[in-house]
This record gives sequence, C-alpha cells and structure tokens, in this order.
Amino acid sequence: MFDIQITKIITDILHIIQVFDINQIPLPLIGVGAGVEAKEYVDIKGTLIFAAVFLIGISAIFGLGLAFAAKKFSVKEDPRVDEVSEHLAHAHCGACGYAGCRQYAEAVVMNPDVAPNLCTPGGSASAEAVAKICGKVMEETEPKIARVLCQGDRSRSARRFKYEGIMDCKAAILASGGDKACIYGCLGYGTCFRACPFSAISMSNDSLPMIDPAKCTACGICAQACPTKVIEILPMVKEVLVRCHSKDKGAASKKNCQTACISCGICVKVCPYNAATVDNNLATINIDKCRVCGLCAAKCPTNAIMDYIPRRSNATITEKCIGCHKCAKICPVNAPSGELKKRHAVDEEKCIGCGICTSNCPVLAITGTINYPEVAEAFKAKKAAMAKAKAEAAKAKEQTTSA
Amino acid sequence: MDFGKLFELVVAASLINNFVFTRFLGLCIFFGVSRKMETAVGMSMTFTAVMVVSAALSWIVFTSVMIENSLYPGSPDLTFLKIIIFIGIVAAFVQSADTIMKKVSPTLYYKLGVYLALITTNCIILAVPLINAGEGYTFLESMAFGLGSGLGFALAMIIMASIREKLELANVPAPFKGLPISFIIAGLIALAFTGFSGLITL
Repeated sequence: MFDIQITKIITDILHIIQVFDINQIPLPLIGVGAGVEAKEYVDIKGTLIFAAVFLIGISAIFGLGLAFAAKKFSVKEDPRVDEVSEHLAHAHCGACGYAGCRQYAEAVVMNPDVAPNLCTPGGSASAEAVAKICGKVMEETEPKIARVLCQGDRSRSARRFKYEGIMDCKAAILASGGDKACIYGCLGYGTCFRACPFSAISMSNDSLPMIDPAKCTACGICAQACPTKVIEILPMVKEVLVRCHSKDKGAASKKNCQTACISCGICVKVCPYNAATVDNNLATINIDKCRVCGLCAAKCPTNAIMDYIPRRSNATITEKCIGCHKCAKICPVNAPSGELKKRHAVDEEKCIGCGICTSNCPVLAITGTINYPEVAEAFKAKKAAMAKAKAEAAKAKEQTTSA
Repeated sequence: MDFGKLFELVVAASLINNFVFTRFLGLCIFFGVSRKMETAVGMSMTFTAVMVVSAALSWIVFTSVMIENSLYPGSPDLTFLKIIIFIGIVAAFVQSADTIMKKVSPTLYYKLGVYLALITTNCIILAVPLINAGEGYTFLESMAFGLGSGLGFALAMIIMASIREKLELANVPAPFKGLPISFIIAGLIALAFTGFSGLITL
C-alpha cells in the first residue's frame, strides 16, 4: 500500500519532468524584496547544472587539497602517545606538572626519565597501563588524599577582628595575616573549595573544608591554592594525624583555638612506636613510624590529634590465651583483665582498638583489631623461620653425629 | 587606493559595529573563552588571522564564480548558495591551516591549535564574508573589514577577560554567579559601545 503510493508519486514527478520544460514553470514571487530584485526570467536548468558542477568542483578541490596537505604535512607521531592519552584521566588538572593530559602523554613516551605514575587522578590503574605501553618500570603508587590539618572552625577558634572584604582566603590573608587569632590555621573562606576540579571539597556550616575521600584524587591543587598551607597530600592509610599547624606556645594556642595542639607531649609519652615528637611547640607524627593505633588520638587532651577511623573494632581474646597477663600490663587503657593462667577478657567499654595487645601477645590469641592480619602474617613468618632454623639445626646435628 | 576608506572600515567594524557588543554575534566563544586573559588573547589572535584570510578567500570565490556573468558571459547567479559555500571555504581553510601549522610551526600550533577547531563553525567568521558579499566590498575592503572585525572581537575578549578575572574574587549574589553576571556585564559594555555610534557617518 505504502509502496504503491511512493511509486505513484515518483512516476508523477517523472511525468511532470518529461511533459513540462522546467524553465516553463512560472517563478514564485517569494523571497523577492529586501534588496533581492525580481527577475523576469531565470534559467533554472542552467542554474541547477552550474550549481551542481560548481559545488562538486569546489568540494573536490577542497577535498583533494586537504588530502594533499594531510599527506605532505603529516607529522609522524608515536602511536603510543594516543594509547597513553587514552589511559589518562583527562581532568587536565596539571597534577603531573604538564600543561595538559596530551603534553604529559607525549613527555612520558618521548622522555625516558618521566615517570609513568604522575597522573594522580587516574590512580594506579592508569599508571600501570601507561607503564606497560611505555615499557617503563612502575613504582607502586600509594593511594593518597588531601588532608586539612586544622580543626579550628568558626565556633572553636577566636578571631582577632571582623573581616569584611572579598570572601577568599587569598584576599583575607593580605589583611595582616587573616582575621583568625591563630595565624597558622584554616581561614575558612573556601579558596580550596573553589579550586578543586573534582568538587571533592565542601565547606562545613562552620567554614571548614571537608574532603570527600571518594572524590579526592590527591591532585594537590587545593594544597597549592591554600595560602596558609594547611592542606597536605598524605597517604590514605595514615589515618591518625595531628590536625593542627599552630607553632604558638601552648597557652597562646589554647587561647586562640579549642582544638589546638598545646604541645603537652602526652602523645610522645603514649606512642608505643615512638612516632610522635614535639618540635617548635607542635606535635608531629612521623608517618613512616606510625602504625595507626589511634592511641595518641584517644589520649590527646584537646583532640588536636584526629583519628579518621570513626570506630575501631575491639579486641577479643580467643581460647588460645595462656593467661600470661601481658596484655593487661601493656594495655594503655587497662581493658583486658583476668587471673593468671586463665583466659582473659577485654572490657568492651574501655577498649579503643589500638591493637597493641595483638602485636604483643606471645601466642596470637587476640583478634579483631585493625592490625590483626599484619601481626598474624608476621607471627606465621616467625614461626616458619623458627621451624626452618630448628630443622637446619637438627640436620647439622645429624651430620655431625654421622661424621 | 583610498586608505581613508579602508581605515574607516577598520574603525567601523571594530568599534561602531563591534560584532559582540553591537551585532551580538559570536557570543558562545565570547563567554566560553573569556575566563582567562591568556586564552582570551590566544583566541583573539587566531580569530583575527582566520577572519582576514577567510574574508579574502571568500571574496575571490564569490566575485569570480558566484556573481552573475562573472565566470563566463551568461554564467548564472549563484549568490543564493553563499552560506553553504562560505562555510565550506572557512572549514577547509581552518582544517588545512591546522594541518600545515602542526608541521611547520609546532610551537604556534600548541599555542593556538586548540582554538582553531572552535573557530570553524563560529558565526562571526561566517558573518564577515556574508556582509562583504552583501555590501559589495572590493578585495582590500573585504580584508580591511575582516581585520577590523577581528580587532573588535579581540578588544571585546580582552575587556571581558580582564573584568571576569577580577570578578572571580568579587562578592556576587548567588543567583548571579557565573554566566548571569557575565551577561549583565556584557550588556553594560554594549551600552558603553553605543557611544561610538556617532564616530563616523558612513
């Protein structure tokens, strides 16, 4: 039915073309006026043919010209550049130190000294792919995140004066170091929030930047933008940090901010791994030594040390316990208790899940803490080494006896 | 040759009939690229160069083929095809410029290459040959008009970029943040540009 209609229309058109000379059709007066003059006679057939020839000709010239230009002026590009470019994050954040993703892709292919893992937004997946394409050895990329090392929001910190200027940290710091009493802290006017290309930063109601760990790619743009340098790019696994940069003396810090480090040195005393030190009136945690037990955070009197792990799983003592009472002796919060040579128990209320008991238990009887897998592995390795040494000793003995 | 007329054309195209502020053309690039001074300057330079050359090329094709009786006596009037043809000329020119520049001058390519692709389908680039054809300008006049339009666009871009860089830090009411305030500013500058309207009476 539909086909019949179409064929009918086509035959009609053909009929009209055959019967009438196209030039005999009277010209419509549409489009005449406003500068366009009406013509008495237009050679429609000639115009159509000329237009067709002209259009075909000019497009052929352009096409051939472009093809010739593409051939003659072709730039030999390493195909690996395109491949590398595909694996980058294409955020054009500049974290790698190049102008754009394309420039980095070129540099990483051409220059053997450029590391393949510079694309932080792409993460380890992109670094691996890039290393494979360029034939470079990839160093392990540790997942990192931006951390705001200040907790002095508006309600917790004191202000020296009322700042009424451009609402930007870079402008506020020009007014004699900012309106905050503590000159080391976060000014809270959101320069980092506006700088972040991934919108991973949001401002809290009390004007403190909060970083979304799911969105943050550790590109470092916020750390660069921050005029007080209170944002640092740190390994993601180091989740216990001194969230204070104040180098003022203890009393002054306390006056300026409720959550300032007052350099009391408690963290230095309690740290079982000697990771905490106090220099220039500010506690610092050596992230290479820190084992993220969270003890310092629990003991810090001003909560300047923050534990990013919201709640650690408590320790539990299994049947393996031989009742040596070692855990009860070393526990910083006195959570385990029990009689000698009997199974001990952990007080759920007191336990902070630091895992110190787990790492010190001679029979690996304490589980549930954050460091258990690590300790268990070390324990197994130690046991295997001991068994090996024993076997070797036995073998040596056998040899000496046989000889 | 009448240099007075050419100068008049340049001034008229850049100030009096500024494409952005008086004719309201090319607004997409105007608002898209004017956020930073560096990109604004790069875009303006590329734009002016492409405009002059495409005006010249279109003029050659238009006067030698498309006008009635131009190619041979009795050749038909093809002026109704000018939009398609001019787009084709500009696109072909920009594409070949892109290819040639990549080979001949890579540094220039990295500076301006990004903008070239954006230019192909820009309305000012198309408007210049169309106005040239409509007004019946000579070859030199067409190029002068293209140059003037390019300079006018560059002026608009640089004014806007310098304002918008300062605007980043200004306390703009929340509903006006971003594009809305830029449109208001463009409107205010356009008002100021009407002051040029009596400069030359053509």
